[in-house]
Amino acid sequence: MEQLKTIGRELAMGSQGGFGQSKEFLDLVKSIGESRSKAEEDRIVLSEIDILKRKLLEPDVPKRKMKEYIIRLVYIEMLGHDASFGYIHAVKMTHDDNLLLKRTGYLAVTLFLDEDHDLIILIVNTIQKDLRSDNYLVVCAALNAVCRLINEETIPAVLPQVVDLLNHGKEAVRKKAIMALHRFHRKSPSSVSHLVSNFRRKLCDSDPGVMGATLCPLFDLISEDVASYKDLVSSFVGILKQVTERKLPKSYDYHQMPAPFIQIKLLKIMALLSSGDKSASDMMYMVLGDLFRKCDSSTNIGNAILYECIRCISCIIPSPKLLEDAAEAISKFLKSDSHNLKYMGIDGLGRLIKISSDIAEQHQLAVIDCLEDPDDTLKRKTFELLYKMTKSSNVEVIVDRMIDYMISINDNHYKTEIASRCVELAEQFAPSNQWFIQIMNKVFEHAGDLVNIKVAHNLMRLIAEGFGEDDDDADNKLRLSAVESYLQIISEPKLPSLFLQVISWVLGEYGTADGKYSASYISGKLCDVADAYSSDETVKGYAVSALMKIYAFEIASGRKVDVLPECQSLIEELLASHSTDLQQRAYELQALLALDARAVESILPLDASCEDIEVDKDLSFLNGYIQQAIESGAQPYVSERERSGGMFETTDYHSQDHHEVTSHALRFEAYELPKPSVPSQPSAALVPVPEPSYYSEPHQPISTSSSVSERESSEIKLRLDGVKQKWGRPSYQSSTSASSSTPPQAANGTSTHSDGGGVASSSSSKPRSSYESKKPEIDHEKQRLAASLFGGSSSSSRSDRKSSSGGHKPAKGTANKPLATVPKESPIPVPDLLDFDEPTGTSDVAATDPFKELEGLMESSRQDGGGSTDVMGLYSTDASAPVKTTTSVDSLLSELSDSSRGTYHQSQTTKGPNSKEALEKDALVRQMGVNPTSQNPTLFKDLLG
Amino acid sequence: MIKAVMMMNTQGKPRLAKFYDFLPVEKQQELIRGVFSVLSSRPENVSNFLEIDSLFGPDSRLVYKHYATLYFVLVFDGSENELAMLDLIQVLVETLDKCFSNVCELDIVFNYSKMHTVLDEIVFGGQVLETRSDEIMKAVEEISKLEAASNSISLVPKSVSGWRGGR
Repeated sequence: MEQLKTIGRELAMGSQGGFGQSKEFLDLVKSIGESRSKAEEDRIVLSEIDILKRKLLEPDVPKRKMKEYIIRLVYIEMLGHDASFGYIHAVKMTHDDNLLLKRTGYLAVTLFLDEDHDLIILIVNTIQKDLRSDNYLVVCAALNAVCRLINEETIPAVLPQVVDLLNHGKEAVRKKAIMALHRFHRKSPSSVSHLVSNFRRKLCDSDPGVMGATLCPLFDLISEDVASYKDLVSSFVGILKQVTERKLPKSYDYHQMPAPFIQIKLLKIMALLSSGDKSASDMMYMVLGDLFRKCDSSTNIGNAILYECIRCISCIIPSPKLLEDAAEAISKFLKSDSHNLKYMGIDGLGRLIKISSDIAEQHQLAVIDCLEDPDDTLKRKTFELLYKMTKSSNVEVIVDRMIDYMISINDNHYKTEIASRCVELAEQFAPSNQWFIQIMNKVFEHAGDLVNIKVAHNLMRLIAEGFGEDDDDADNKLRLSAVESYLQIISEPKLPSLFLQVISWVLGEYGTADGKYSASYISGKLCDVADAYSSDETVKGYAVSALMKIYAFEIASGRKVDVLPECQSLIEELLASHSTDLQQRAYELQALLALDARAVESILPLDASCEDIEVDKDLSFLNGYIQQAIESGAQPYVSERERSGGMFETTDYHSQDHHEVTSHALRFEAYELPKPSVPSQPSAALVPVPEPSYYSEPHQPISTSSSVSERESSEIKLRLDGVKQKWGRPSYQSSTSASSSTPPQAANGTSTHSDGGGVASSSSSKPRSSYESKKPEIDHEKQRLAASLFGGSSSSSRSDRKSSSGGHKPAKGTANKPLATVPKESPIPVPDLLDFDEPTGTSDVAATDPFKELEGLMESSRQDGGGSTDVMGLYSTDASAPVKTTTSVDSLLSELSDSSRGTYHQSQTTKGPNSKEALEKDALVRQMGVNPTSQNPTLFKDLLG
Repeated sequence: MIKAVMMMNTQGKPRLAKFYDFLPVEKQQELIRGVFSVLSSRPENVSNFLEIDSLFGPDSRLVYKHYATLYFVLVFDGSENELAMLDLIQVLVETLDKCFSNVCELDIVFNYSKMHTVLDEIVFGGQVLETRSDEIMKAVEEISKLEAASNSISLVPKSVSGWRGGR
């Protein structure tokens, strides 16, 4: 810190001359830098504000001084203090003819002012003038301000000038003019709609930079309206081809990649244009394939392009070859040590599984590693992937995991999101109602205040309606288990309000239904709830209603009701409550206690929450009474509508027609009420599955799966009509390549048989045993998890999950599930166990990839080698390998496998000690030669140590 | 589109903040503080990405890089590529490095307006304008040359304010 200060002082002195800043400003910056607390900083800034206020009011402030004051204003505003007293001076400064002052003024106003600020009107004129200036720097400064300060109403004032600038001589101006026009389009599409053709035209600008800038607005335009830009596909493909073939000037290279930012934008645009369009996709295959071969995966930007290719492929209609390329790129990402690349890999995987579901199976262990990574970003991304790949077979594991994670985090925003995802998945794929209720309980318990109230209503409805079939027995069991679980939970401290509402409702409705719990027990619990959460009126209301129901059922069944003393006191307290709602409920309860059994039964029949209550809106049963009243001389009822009409139509009180006329002009009546959501489809928007059927799910697999083959059984119980199958077919190809599929049968083999058996059966396989020796326990757990996540068939993986959640208890899995499935699956396990180790096995696995890689490299070097020397630049590390060491394949392999893992990291962070061979050094030197100061992590170390 | 560029030091002091859509000062401060509290809780050796919907609204991502005493932060939406944004930070830092020859935190603090000039050449209205640091340097130097020239003139107060760049 001390050192920093001295350096600061030196630097302050040094830069004083160069940048014309005064001692005062530097002192201000320094004293703020040295302040030890926020309060001290505030004090310094406040006194600075006082000084500035005074100085700005002085007459005849020299302009140079004024400029400095403005910079100081900007600075204090960045620190969070109000500098509005000086805005007008900044505005004045934009009028100055001096470029330096003008730029300062523009900088200040763009930072200070909102586009709707009153002062803008004073600047528009200046901007107009400056846009016509013959000094292009003035024009640029004005364009900068245009971007920020012009709002919808002022666009027409500057639009002609900006359009003129599209043909300015300087490409810097053209670029900025395009961007400004783009900005207008974003703010108010209608104001520039007649000018969008300019963007198309500018695509052919002679300067590649201008062309690149045009891609930004085109991207927006195309994402709004794909159809009218289809004709540009071939142009974009052509441009991309030229870029990748290095037709652009060398100055556009960045880290040896030709114009990577332009490439990325182009890929994004092409993804939009070719989405679902076969002919457009066809045009892109060539160039995408080229990109996969040419991209240098050892640099960050090369990987950025690779990722963009993956993203593009996930949008277009891909060819099998491209999918392979994409899958290979993803597996490189996932195997990398860099968290950034893993993140991109997971993201890419999430995109690709939509098209080709079996890709993910190769990467199960990598995915699970990411799930347990300390990096929160990566973890969340992985949960997103899991969310995308959830189906009924793995929903239990995934939701369990999500809930564990949800409990562990504090970030309310993300907690809400993950809670709602849990609910969504549970609603969509729940294997049984019991499970659903358990999950809901957990979600409510840990994130109760964050979930949507609808979820609570869904849960109550589920408990009330049960399976939706005529299976009263199962319904009753479900209710009983819900009641039991709630009675357990209810005594825990500080439950969320929403959860308590659900609990109270269920206890009231079904607490005594089974006869297991006495009315006084349940009502005691309910009184406790009302007591413990006495500040929460909604909960109290629910509790009182629940009490009322319980007493009603008691009365109706002819038993004598003795109201508990605490209950009595609760009622009395509520009778005097400030809340009219609570008061009414209490009075109703009191009244109900005095009624006889027959009356009570018709008021609150048992288990009638699902019965439709018919509401006679017209109150037709009163017709007779009304008739009588009118006959005896009462005034007929005048509807509210007529009355309000009358209020405004004093001249013609009764004229119905007249009222009609006015209703055309102005409507005074309230809007129609929103249509009540149909209660039977609460989650219709999210879940396209017909609801009643998925509740029935748990029965089917149990009854049918034992004898039917995997695939058939899963088809029989497919209730996912309309839901896209997200993750692999339930059948497995026997492994075609070393790293192909990892069927769940293997998992079953290991998890349902004893652990020892699983290991023993694979003892012949080398990689497994070697891995086993390193960290056997984790490996096993992971396998299990992998199997339950990635397994296909729902019937088998359900048993997996049981065993995985129950630790090492193979008996549980087998007891629960039909044994018959196990022998059926047993022929396959041995080779599959091998696969499990695949992704984590180190050298052996990597060896398979580098071979391919090598082939690719040789091929590309053969192709391009004759023509140009660019190959060297392209594959800064990798490409040099085949050139020099083709004889020693072994070392090459290790080099390659190293480079596929390590180089990204290396090149990213260190230029440091090159312990490796000349190859790497050579590559690094080349990199450094091109970009001497690039990638300098010790950027500040020289000064700040 | 890029929503914001921020630089702050490891104590959470903002060194430069630019939001490409207008935000009131208080909101800016809130966001800077929010970003800093997230960044400072990140362990070493994790990814440079953050999903930051909670602060910047849906579909917002953040990329940051930690250099010595400074965090460089870019906030953007789904239409940008995370890895490319990471390289944009690299471009920015490389350019600053060339500008100030071995840039350090104090350069950034003391050369507030030049920082903005550099940034405006790279990101324009929330879109990536230029990524060639040589070109950026050229533009910035041209401006500072003119500024230096005009500055020496404006040292003579008031009377000679009518200078115009002739081009």
